[in-house]
Amino acid sequence: MHELSIAVAVVEQVEEAVRDQGRAVESLTLRIGELAGVVPEALDFSFGLAAEGTALAGARLLIETVEARGRCEGCGREAPTGMPPVLWCAGCGAPLTLLGGRELEIVRVTLADGRPEVRDEEASHVPHR
Amino acid sequence: MCRTVDLHQAVLAKNDENALALRGYLGDRGTVAVNLLSSPGSGKTALLEQLLTRAVAGGTPAAAVTADLATENDATRLARSGAPVRQILTDGLCHLEAGMLRRKLEGWLPEGTRLLFVENVGNLVCPASYDLGETLRVALASVTEGEDKPVKYPTAFGLAQLVVITKTDIADAVGFDREAFLRGVRQVNPGVPVLETSARTGVGVDALLAHVLRCAAGEETHVPVLAREHERYLRSHENGHEHGHEHPPADGHEHGDGHTHGDEHRPAGGHDHTGRHEHVDGREHVHASTRPGVRGQTR
Ligand SMILES: [Zn+2]
Repeated sequence: MHELSIAVAVVEQVEEAVRDQGRAVESLTLRIGELAGVVPEALDFSFGLAAEGTALAGARLLIETVEARGRCEGCGREAPTGMPPVLWCAGCGAPLTLLGGRELEIVRVTLADGRPEVRDEEASHVPHR
Repeated sequence: MCRTVDLHQAVLAKNDENALALRGYLGDRGTVAVNLLSSPGSGKTALLEQLLTRAVAGGTPAAAVTADLATENDATRLARSGAPVRQILTDGLCHLEAGMLRRKLEGWLPEGTRLLFVENVGNLVCPASYDLGETLRVALASVTEGEDKPVKYPTAFGLAQLVVITKTDIADAVGFDREAFLRGVRQVNPGVPVLETSARTGVGVDALLAHVLRCAAGEETHVPVLAREHERYLRSHENGHEHGHEHPPADGHEHGDGHTHGDEHRPAGGHDHTGRHEHVDGREHVHASTRPGVRGQTR
């Protein structure tokens, strides 16, 4: 389960980034592509463990999942790849170009400071293009 | 008011930095790394033993690093080939990371090693996410594992530059559906070469070694659809040219003058990867994946 390693990497990177701020982390937003090879549930569980005793303890983990999409350079057809992905064109059989779906990024961090506030767009699991 | 800090950092940035540095280190020594991924029991160690034996017999200096959660059995077995072998015990970690490999190699990797085989931890999920500075990534599956392995593990097979079927001597006995397997491979990785081998009979081992040697000689390797732009750049980068410098992480990344790109680069994806543009292009990709600082600040 490499999600634990990934959670540890996330915690370390965020701690380093907000060290000067001297505040606890309220929430953090990750962007994870469908084809990143990461299971969001496993990551969520691992994050709870990795955050213990750090500035991220108790922080809320928000995950934006990114739908995997591909484009055929042959016929221009553009569509979701599905899961497991089909990475050749159903129309003409050419290999696709992947437009997205392998993201694994820390997008942003919200620091505790008075009124915690997370906007709706951050909290929802909207597929990204 | 709460404060929001925009980070936009790749979670695996640290590994990518280490992989880049390792690739430079290996490139300087003329060593080409081959990362072998498979599930446990796929026959990876037996095949590797054959590969090493033939490489050594054929006069190609080869070495191997084998990773396991525990026990040094594999290293002992591989050492019979006569090649230098090192074991990495991951202490329960389910995959190798570039930094672990780099630490293991420094001060050990024999001078003049041409091929370095890295036997990853037996696991088709976790190791797939980690670039180890390899030039060639190989995903293996045995005929006993079922035809749906490639679609069950799309990241591992989708990022492979070569797929190897093992234990083909018992394919008929276990009713291996070759066509279904190849369909699955094509689905997640169109165009990837597939080789069939048997470590027991030796079938396909020479062809596999020949393929590895062609990649080591700078022949164009397959670029998977699943590979992101910066991964394509990282992988195709060192083939066929010298590294006269260390790769510092992220922002310090710079290329010296004597650094030319051969003709072996083909356009990857929709980008025009020719001449110096590729350089600029590639550098931007590396930046995008390893940017260390805080961008934005409060809002
Ligand atoms: Zn098409």
